Amino acid sequence: MINKILPYSVIIIFVIIFFIFYKSLEDSKIYTPDTYSKKDLPVFNTKDFFSGENVKSSSIFELDKIYLLNIWSSWCVPCRQEHSLLMNLSSDNKLNVIGMNYKDNLKNAQNFLKELGNPYKEIFIDLDGTTAIEWGAYGVPESFLIINNEIVKKYIGPLNQKLIDEINLLIE
Amino acid sequence: MKVLKFFLIIILFLPISSLDAEEYEKRNKITKNLRCLICQGQSIYDSDSEFANSLKILVDKKLSEGLSEDQIYEYFKSKYGEWILYDPGLNKNTYILWLLPLLIFLVGGAIIYKSFIVKK
Repeated sequence: MINKILPYSVIIIFVIIFFIFYKSLEDSKIYTPDTYSKKDLPVFNTKDFFSGENVKSSSIFELDKIYLLNIWSSWCVPCRQEHSLLMNLSSDNKLNVIGMNYKDNLKNAQNFLKELGNPYKEIFIDLDGTTAIEWGAYGVPESFLIINNEIVKKYIGPLNQKLIDEINLLIE
Repeated sequence: MKVLKFFLIIILFLPISSLDAEEYEKRNKITKNLRCLICQGQSIYDSDSEFANSLKILVDKKLSEGLSEDQIYEYFKSKYGEWILYDPGLNKNTYILWLLPLLIFLVGGAIIYKSFIVKK
């Protein structure tokens, strides 16, 4: 009995292994972060960009409102590219654009806003980059669409017109 | 009296310094097991990128808050997913990785048993 089962089971196991490996050949080998799954907002303490006062995250984000949190920095070149798009977005009353100033020099950041305009309703500071990690961010620029205190979508890298259209569709 | 004071100071400092070393080891162990997500192929410990440096600060912060190693892994896993850990646990994506060697070992053992030991 064992004589018969063994060769068959060996063949079956090899076929299964072959298919698993064959299937994983097609998977992307490049790490792609999960940008779709909904997540709750992180809780953190930070400082206000303009006044320098301590702020709690719960006082920035209110329920029933739609926010776009944008991580930016004056030293980040792609942030300059997406800035005009953020300016357009901020004119939409439905969407509140919030800024997180990432590892920046305050003076440079202020000059950046003076030069290109300020699309943000509120800005808070992340001096050592730890608040960005609370958000699960990778770097600058990065944007989070927040509806009802829940992160609905994450955009890694600079925004473009296609993504802006997508945001407009999502918040309708 | 002076001698007593001297010993008192030494006794006071001894446990603190050994605790620091322990903490340092633990921090190194944790940062070596965390993957730098924007500089792939390097651990947080190896990397000097902005992302890695912030993560190191956060590991220190979490350690000083008294979180255990597993709690810290769990925290980063909740933020970035299983990919951030170099030593992934058993789940639906990794079970093959864990069970395959065991399976091969059993099948190989059965073949050896059958063809060499039973034949005798």
